[in-house]
Amino acid sequence: MNSKKALFHISKRGELPWLKVWLIRGAAILLALLVCSVLTVLVTGLNPFAVYGTMFKGVFGTARKTWVTFQKLAVLLGISLAVTPAFKMRFWNIGAEGQVMVGSLACAAVMITLRNYISSNLLMIVLMLVASLAAGALWGFLPAFFKSRWNTNETLFTLMMNYIAIQLSAFFIILWENPKGAGQIGIINASSELGWLPSLFGQQYLLPILVIALLTVALYIYLKYSKHGYEIAVVGESERTARYAGIKVERVIIRTMVLSGAICGLIGFLLVGATDHTLTTTLVGGRGFTAVMVSWLAKFNPLGMIFTSFLLVFLQLGAKEIASTFFLNESFADILTGVILFFIIGCEFFINYKIEFLKNDRKGA
Amino acid sequence: MFDFLVSFIPRAVMQSIPLLYGSTGEILTEKSGNLNLGIPGIMYVGAISGVIGAFFYEQSVPAAEMNAFLAIAIPFLSSLLGSFLMGLLYCFLTVTLRANQNVTGLAMTTFGVGFGNFFGGSLIKLAHSEVPSIALSATSNFYRASLPFADRLGWFGQIFLSYGFLAYLAIAIALLTAFLIRKTRTGLHLRAVGESPATADAAGINVVRYKYLFTCFGSMIAGLGGLYYVMDYANGVWSNNAFGDRGWLAIALVIFTIWRPNVSVLASILFGGLYILYLYIPTGTQFAVKELYKMLPYLVTLFVLIIVSLRKKREDQPPASLGLHYFREER
Repeated sequence: MNSKKALFHISKRGELPWLKVWLIRGAAILLALLVCSVLTVLVTGLNPFAVYGTMFKGVFGTARKTWVTFQKLAVLLGISLAVTPAFKMRFWNIGAEGQVMVGSLACAAVMITLRNYISSNLLMIVLMLVASLAAGALWGFLPAFFKSRWNTNETLFTLMMNYIAIQLSAFFIILWENPKGAGQIGIINASSELGWLPSLFGQQYLLPILVIALLTVALYIYLKYSKHGYEIAVVGESERTARYAGIKVERVIIRTMVLSGAICGLIGFLLVGATDHTLTTTLVGGRGFTAVMVSWLAKFNPLGMIFTSFLLVFLQLGAKEIASTFFLNESFADILTGVILFFIIGCEFFINYKIEFLKNDRKGA
Repeated sequence: MFDFLVSFIPRAVMQSIPLLYGSTGEILTEKSGNLNLGIPGIMYVGAISGVIGAFFYEQSVPAAEMNAFLAIAIPFLSSLLGSFLMGLLYCFLTVTLRANQNVTGLAMTTFGVGFGNFFGGSLIKLAHSEVPSIALSATSNFYRASLPFADRLGWFGQIFLSYGFLAYLAIAIALLTAFLIRKTRTGLHLRAVGESPATADAAGINVVRYKYLFTCFGSMIAGLGGLYYVMDYANGVWSNNAFGDRGWLAIALVIFTIWRPNVSVLASILFGGLYILYLYIPTGTQFAVKELYKMLPYLVTLFVLIIVSLRKKREDQPPASLGLHYFREER
């Protein structure tokens, strides 16, 4: 068909040994860091090593900063875990932002509306948890229901649900604003600390971190060794095969999305109950979208996500530190994140495909 | 009531133009089978590239000696260039390297919004501005120039003739795109690529070329939405994050109009109206209700999405290969 002689030929690769895969990814990350360094020098004229040093200081500089890093890592990892079962099924849920948001909203709602009726902290926390899980699950159920019944496009559906959740939260924030006219609700139950999750060993962030750690292991086992996990993988590989094998695809889709949404709700519960104790419309702050990338970069492997979410949190916090030390704009973090993502996204090609250069002397190739 | 409409409609229209550019660009992109979730980022890049162009032109020439043609052309072309490069990057990653479109798009949005805010913030520093924004009022005046006799025509002029040239260009591009997609051979080929690239390939259509070409065109059109927002709507004032979530709203509009740019012309005005409706609703002391009104565009879109999938009319469906990459050897 082509009159010009093809220079190379692209074909799909079999599975590469994991060492080679990680060598390719490592090379991509190194290359990305190099480009980021050049970019930093071009934009700021600073020594890139000094910049990376500063980043490191921003992430692990003090005990307080280290705790913040681990807390942020836990939240991002948690949301990434939540979207993973759906992704394995090739259900493109980009609605984690909204699912976490309604989880937080439900949690705050219980804390605020029931505080005059319930005095037991434990009962309060249980109710908060149930409400968050239910709200998140509902937000996951709706797109799954329409997808399984009428094949409604889930990417667009979940995208819209994000903003509905955010506006719903904005509505209640003004309804519950404290003090009146402030436009925000401030710290919920600041004096009574009713519904606040306990600090372990004096560390407020320890409990959510442990919860997420447990969740990581649980989800790894669920996806890898349970029957549900197997069904998810089959549906993701080929819906037709799944049907032939007698798997009820509709039920798997709905079940998995309810699970996804409920985990998001759990994260919302942790955000309001354990770390922030307040509700703002930017509480999730785009992490629902970042989680999509974290999960995908780790090839939907929960253990791999520990590294990918750490990479992104490191970049965010590190670049924040650069911004404050060198009087730069905080958005520099997003640029660096973008560049690194582009490289990692691009390098997958070299893992999945191989390029063979054709010799020029072959006639009629 | 009439007075209300005369003041409401122009504001809704001005609100609608960035959405119209964004959705026209995204429709063209999606017709080639690429679901570009990077549009919000691309619109930021389009806006900031225009701002950078205008900034350096304003810095190099005193305001009185500014040439109208250059003042318009420099930001316009730099905006196109910025969003073109973003489109090219998206194509390289998703078409040539066959990366996942959703992930690439989201990464581009992160990058684009960061790019806009970073350079916006840097220019603010360069300009030694007191407030966290840059005002390019001289350039903006050229962009906002409307027909000289518009304000002498009363309500008619207000509603139809009071906008800068980019607003009319948006409508022209939308209509032209609709024509291109539905009535021309190129459009037929484009739709074939989006519906079934394997079939298109077998028919001798260069799938890769079509995807590259129309995704880049789409990005450039979307980028103009950002340019309009800064230069016309915001009177040449760039402040970080001011553009907000309009990019996502543009993607919503694509679904709402079921992939028809000509419908988008009116639908974007409806969306623009819904977007600012809360400013006009007398809610008294119930400020909270306004937040619910802001939900309307998304709710309406969701409703349309569901209805369309329920009716299962073939011409209303998203392009069949939307979001999937194409590799000839993999059928």
